Amino acid sequence: MTNTYLQTLAPNWIEPQPGEPESWRRFFSFSTDHKVIGIQYIVTAFIFFLIGGFLAMVMRGELITPEADLVDRTVYNAMFTMHGTVMLFLWTFPVLNGLANYLVPLMIGARDMAFPRLNAVAFWLVPVFGVILMVSFWVPGGPSQSGWWAYPPVSLQNPTGNLINGQSLWLVAVALSGVSSIMGAVNIVTTIVRLRAPGMTFFRMPVFCWTVMAAQIIQLFGLPALTAGAVMLLFDLTVGTSFFNPAKGGDPVLYQHFFWFYSHPAVYVIILPIFGVFSEVFPVYARKPLFGYKVVAISSFIITGLSGIVWVHHMFASGTPGWMRMIFMATTMLISVPTGIKIFAWVATVWGGKIRLTTPMLFALGGLVMFLFAGITGIMLAAVPFDIHVNNTYFVVGHFHYVIYGAVVMGVYAAIYHWFPKMTGRMYYEGLGKLHFILTLIGANLNFFPMHPAGLMGMPRRVASYDPEFAFWNVLASLGAFLLGVSTLPFLLNMISAWIQGEKAPANPWRAIGLEWLVASPPAHENFEVIPTVVAEPYGYGKNEPLIAPYPLNP
Amino acid sequence: MSSVNFDSQADIATHHDHGEADHSLFGFIVFLLSESVIFLSFFVGYIVYKTTALDWLPPGVEGLEVREPLINTIVLVSSSFVIYLAERFLQAKNLWGFRTFWLITMAMGSFFIYGQAVEWRGLTFGFTDGLFGGTFYLLTGFHGLHVITGVLLQGIMLVKSFIPGNYDNGEVGVVATSLFWHFVDVIWIILFALIYLWQ
Repeated sequence: MTNTYLQTLAPNWIEPQPGEPESWRRFFSFSTDHKVIGIQYIVTAFIFFLIGGFLAMVMRGELITPEADLVDRTVYNAMFTMHGTVMLFLWTFPVLNGLANYLVPLMIGARDMAFPRLNAVAFWLVPVFGVILMVSFWVPGGPSQSGWWAYPPVSLQNPTGNLINGQSLWLVAVALSGVSSIMGAVNIVTTIVRLRAPGMTFFRMPVFCWTVMAAQIIQLFGLPALTAGAVMLLFDLTVGTSFFNPAKGGDPVLYQHFFWFYSHPAVYVIILPIFGVFSEVFPVYARKPLFGYKVVAISSFIITGLSGIVWVHHMFASGTPGWMRMIFMATTMLISVPTGIKIFAWVATVWGGKIRLTTPMLFALGGLVMFLFAGITGIMLAAVPFDIHVNNTYFVVGHFHYVIYGAVVMGVYAAIYHWFPKMTGRMYYEGLGKLHFILTLIGANLNFFPMHPAGLMGMPRRVASYDPEFAFWNVLASLGAFLLGVSTLPFLLNMISAWIQGEKAPANPWRAIGLEWLVASPPAHENFEVIPTVVAEPYGYGKNEPLIAPYPLNP
Repeated sequence: MSSVNFDSQADIATHHDHGEADHSLFGFIVFLLSESVIFLSFFVGYIVYKTTALDWLPPGVEGLEVREPLINTIVLVSSSFVIYLAERFLQAKNLWGFRTFWLITMAMGSFFIYGQAVEWRGLTFGFTDGLFGGTFYLLTGFHGLHVITGVLLQGIMLVKSFIPGNYDNGEVGVVATSLFWHFVDVIWIILFALIYLWQ
């Protein structure tokens, strides 16, 4: 049997093109190569992930005892604000943009993104607004203390009276993050629509590209609403306008609408690419085609559409009229249908497969299970009476951490391990990877599961001290948080040492099907010597059919 | 082997040069669609405030004068037709016709900005005077920023037309600028209806 589907493109073209700077210095330069920018995004985001994780561990250290003893209450407020902001705007968005940047052009058979320079500018804005946000730790009054949603009138308080305060820096950083995200979204959407290789129809695109496109469309229609709200809030804070200031006749609830019109869909911006990662990883390690490929692909766009009409479920307790609650309860429940379709498809993909439990597969399976749990609590929260009962309790915190850590972070780890050989040309260490997985799985569940019973008992979120009756669950959660902190150590050790001295990776170490696996590891500048012509649907596992037309120069 | 490499190098180069200009317009349209949501958000905010606020107009303010803004509106809306003519001249390879009508568009845009500035100076309320003052200056100011951007872009495109041979095969920048100008126009029509006509 000839493995026709495992052909490599141009085997005589393994070496990087002459003149390509192979040194590590290019990662610190204003490079326009999508692969360099992708790695820049991922590494930068991971540094901020460690910062955000450090903040979380200080918070959990504070919460291990019922009294506010480790840090001051105002410091605690600043910490949960910065933790949320850093994790959303400086970890999940950039790391997923990095994955999209690296993988999308390779997967669709393009040489680079549509606008390489715009791409580089969008990336370099990330460290800029990251520094602006971090600087707020050293301005008088400290960072913003109003939570990552910055609701007025709390966010309009300015006790120091300075123009440059934690809240105004926060708003500037979020606005810059928006500019960067819009640049990225325009670039990625244009790339996917316009730069696909011959034969790469939409229904031959890997699901990852579908989900990335669905996510970026959300950025395009959602983010401007947050920008509008942030601009108005900034004027309220600095100039003294009255948009959201109830003392001057403004409407603080309107801000909540602006904020959640973007920030709920933003959850789908970060989870959709992870759905793509799951859809890429499961077929490879189960050796089966993705179950219901077209349905999985289309359901991403159904999620995009529905995500625009669910935002009020964050505001059930904001004096929202009854009819509005009913409508948004229904739409919120509806959005679980396309999500459920995907979960069903992944389970069916893995079912009866020839499963290899490599690190990426373990992370994807772990992420899938934790996402299912998060989906169940999500449906519970969609019900208005239940939501009002647990509103602003730790139940909500537990729910969204199961989404964001359980599914998104685990999914990002799965993606990093899966494409690590492609990105670096080296194999990671499987043993360290499995250790990392076990620590992450135990740590995440130990950290976030106890939040649910604590929340059901009535423990409010965003408090530095609490009633001693919640202490048991909080001790467990804090231990889990420290374990999660420890879990990054084998990961860092693995990544750094494998990149330096790991075993050389072949072009296709996983025997996976996809354009990115046909080129060398790491791919040369401009990716493809000759743009391939695609002749088959993705995920042709077990079909023994070629993915691309015969390479004309290598008969 | 070396000839193969040479060919593919050339192929890479042409693919790249060709690509960027071709996709810019598509990317620009995507950007404009996204940008329109900011205006949409401001419009929704305006409508919500106007229909629910207890004190809408600041004390001492009766309403807005419509006559001068109407002249401004007519000038801005007609400039959309003038810029279209300029584009047609460029398609017909008549560079001086293009430049003439392009300059007229710029003059009309500048007149609009001037008219807006005169109106702002004559008003008795400021940015911080209640919800009406806030939304009025926010909307007209944000739109005015777009008009200024449009005129600046037009200036750049005009200068670029003097580079010999530059616009022989049309210019994506001109098409994008003109598209932006129509966008600014449509936004203004909605804005004018919301702020000046619906009082």
